[in-house]
Amino acid sequence: MEAIKSQDIGKADLKWNIEYLPERCTMCGSCIATCTLGAIEAGVVRVDKTYSEDFQPTPLRTHRTIPVIKQVKSIANACVGCGMCEKVCPNNAIHPVRNRDNRQTLLSRDAGPIKRGGRTNLNAQRTLDHIIVGRISQMTDPSLDSIRHTFDIRAPFGRVLPAEKLPFVLKDGKLVMAHKAPPVRWIYPLIFSDMSIGALSTRAWEAVSMAVAYLNEKCGLPVRMSSGEGGMPSKLLESEQLKYMILQIASGHFGWNRIIKAMPRMKVDPAGVLIKIGQGAKPGDGGLLQAAKVAEHVQAIRGVPKATLSSPPNHQGLYSIEESVQKMHLSLNAAFGFRVPVAIKCAASATSVSVYNNLLRDPYQICGGFFIDGIQGGTGAANEISLDHTGHPIVSKIRDCYLAAVKQGLQGQIPLYGGGGMGMTGNAAADAFKMICLGANGVFVGKMLIQLLGCVGNEEGHCNACNTGKCPTGICTQDPRLVKRLDIDRGAQKIVDYVLTFDKELRKLMAPIGNSSLPVGRSDALVSTDKAIAEQLGIQYVC
Amino acid sequence: MCRIGSIKSKVAFSPSKALYLMLPQQEGHDNSGFAMVMQDLYGIFTPYKDKPLLSLACTQRGAQMVEDFMDSHNFEQLAEWIPVPNNQPGLDIKAMPYYIFRNYDYPEYYRDKPMAEKEELLLDIRLKLRKILEDADEGYVYSFWPDVLTLKEIGDPRDIATYFRLWDDNGCLMAKSIVVQCRQNTNYDIVRYAAHPFFLQGYTLCANGENTFYTKNKEFQKSLHRGYVGFESDSQNFLYTLHYVLHELKWPIKYYKHVITPLPFGEIEQREDKEVLKAIRQSLANLEINGPNTIIASLPDGRMITCCDSKKLRPVVVGQTEDTVAIASEVCGLNEIMPERDMTKDIYPNEREVVVIDNDLEVQRWKQ
Ligand code: SF4
Ligand code: SF4
Repeated sequence: MEAIKSQDIGKADLKWNIEYLPERCTMCGSCIATCTLGAIEAGVVRVDKTYSEDFQPTPLRTHRTIPVIKQVKSIANACVGCGMCEKVCPNNAIHPVRNRDNRQTLLSRDAGPIKRGGRTNLNAQRTLDHIIVGRISQMTDPSLDSIRHTFDIRAPFGRVLPAEKLPFVLKDGKLVMAHKAPPVRWIYPLIFSDMSIGALSTRAWEAVSMAVAYLNEKCGLPVRMSSGEGGMPSKLLESEQLKYMILQIASGHFGWNRIIKAMPRMKVDPAGVLIKIGQGAKPGDGGLLQAAKVAEHVQAIRGVPKATLSSPPNHQGLYSIEESVQKMHLSLNAAFGFRVPVAIKCAASATSVSVYNNLLRDPYQICGGFFIDGIQGGTGAANEISLDHTGHPIVSKIRDCYLAAVKQGLQGQIPLYGGGGMGMTGNAAADAFKMICLGANGVFVGKMLIQLLGCVGNEEGHCNACNTGKCPTGICTQDPRLVKRLDIDRGAQKIVDYVLTFDKELRKLMAPIGNSSLPVGRSDALVSTDKAIAEQLGIQYVC
Repeated sequence: MCRIGSIKSKVAFSPSKALYLMLPQQEGHDNSGFAMVMQDLYGIFTPYKDKPLLSLACTQRGAQMVEDFMDSHNFEQLAEWIPVPNNQPGLDIKAMPYYIFRNYDYPEYYRDKPMAEKEELLLDIRLKLRKILEDADEGYVYSFWPDVLTLKEIGDPRDIATYFRLWDDNGCLMAKSIVVQCRQNTNYDIVRYAAHPFFLQGYTLCANGENTFYTKNKEFQKSLHRGYVGFESDSQNFLYTLHYVLHELKWPIKYYKHVITPLPFGEIEQREDKEVLKAIRQSLANLEINGPNTIIASLPDGRMITCCDSKKLRPVVVGQTEDTVAIASEVCGLNEIMPERDMTKDIYPNEREVVVIDNDLEVQRWKQ
């Protein structure tokens, strides 16, 4: 009997198993060539065959060695279920299936903490699906017509002054500005969130930015996109389209060398600056770009050698983070002549309300927005333990922050944006609308955008190989051969179409509650079928 | 739906005129209430035009509480009109035991203070009275202001008028300006404080319609001013914003419309004053009003205004004769009190207009 060691990895230990039908396979090799994870290989098996060579059936038995496709039985090359082999196989001979009884999570820790991309696989519960837009205008207060009426779907980005502090003077019965007020941009309430060049392939990033330009220039929707921590191509920095971009600065300051050098040649101001303090997917953990993805152009844009790039968890300040954040706000405001709003992004946390209260004091009126990123946010690479076990749901957090501002009469002064899991079930308009009713000025999305480009990852352990540099869809990799898998025009079009539908769907929700501008904080429009949620959010419970 | 109306005239008239304005519009309301604010008073109040007039409805105990309070705060009673009700059987009215309309003189040490300080005092006194009456559940105080009288009651407007003998036209109660509402109760319990018109420091306002941004408005207004209280009706939001824009921010009246129904961003961008309009829109986003509505308001200086929502979902019409201008939800009201007017001059304000009637009864139409 062949010796077997119980510690050997077998197919049964892996999360995804390959189901292969040799009788359909013509051994074209496409699947192996396609599998970026090296999860399948060609091999041989000896099979028992019954055959007949006569005109009449005269069954004979023989043993033959035939070539087959085999799953590689190793954790390092574990199949991620991406389904590319299935997509490419002309004969439907192969596909991955989920293996419920696997032991992969337990056995994968030999080389230190597990790293992966994607979003939390443990806390993907959907508070928003227990909330309904339940206050419908009828009779005395009629609904609007989502097609015929005009709707003003815009959100402020920038520091909003209280009315009594507006620099108004009265001249000939008219108010005029005595001097400038802090810059506020009215943008579309759906922000394309920060995914860097590096985390994304240049082509994927380009597809997203093309969609942004198209939405602005052809569709009249002022959608803004955050660059992510990692800088931008000089060409874009020096183009008119810079006005659609929110430049991100994170603790690694990657890319800022180039941004600063490009400043004298910028034709227009960027849409804003976003200081990233934390990320919902991995709060308290800095950015991470593994060496496999630090390709030459990424090195050039970021000004770094080929190495794993870890941003520190904090911005480094002399005294305290508050102080350095204050200084960054000031210096970034000053860098663009106080013409560009500077906002800040934090991971949602039990302390978000105190952070927001702190920001609301804002003595210099320089904080142009608070972005809160919930646990269901995605990432290109993180330790799985952070992804699954740290973070904070976004829904109640946005509500708490809004209500904290209401308590002080400061609502609306520092716009609130919520993200992390928006559009997780495919319908971002419903999610955005409910978040807005709870107090958000708008939402930001990231993962959903790459899913529109073709990413197959999800929160149930599907793919999530973004950190490996082997993204099967060419979105999250810098490998030039893989990158070609993404058709950027089709990708951009998919995003544009989605946002246009998002816009129509948002109207479909605004019309029945009779609002022509965004119902920020209109919690009375919502009801919940879950008592605990209703109570926590201060909305009506219904059943 | 409610019906609202107002009359502004060069000659003093009786409240019955306001009732004649409202009754033809009766199909639009369910007789759940009637209320009016009279301004620029004549008749028995003529000698006391500069002295604050307290309007309240209360129980006997409430009346005593008010008297004690006013005494202890050194307000001296000058004159009083206590209506002797016509208590004939069968009237549809939920009457309170007492209605008090009483002029006071300011406390001695206040008499020479500037009006601005007096205004604050009058508001504080009214808020305190409201609090003690509310805590004890002994009554309602509606206004405390020179030359302003407020009457509100629950029931059929016709019967309420009978009860207060307003049909008598005996000349004791006259005014040159009245804002009036007959109520159709929709969303809220029938409470006296929820009946329009609402009054605050010289600003009177009534509205017909819905304010679907009530929650937003309320949450914001609560911290703007100590006088922004109650919120029994979503129409109080209109008044508080009017007061905030004009009295607190001291902006010209045309900006009121820019606050409650701001222009769409697309239109703002085309305007010369876009920086100002955008700043207003963003700073006062929480005072924007959505939903179908029309408002009529009168200002401390006597001017009267009307405007409607940005989708023009609620109608209003302004009619005028030589010596009177009247505003009503429906034209049938105007036809009743001024059939002789030139109807071709009636104004149906559009969704971007504010109609202002000044003290010479000149009617101006301002485009937002
Ligand atoms: S599903 Fe993806 S990872 Fe698995 S074998 Fe097929 S191509 Fe490879
Ligand atoms: S398809 Fe690419 S981007 Fe999507 S989960 Fe897989 S590796 Fe990540």
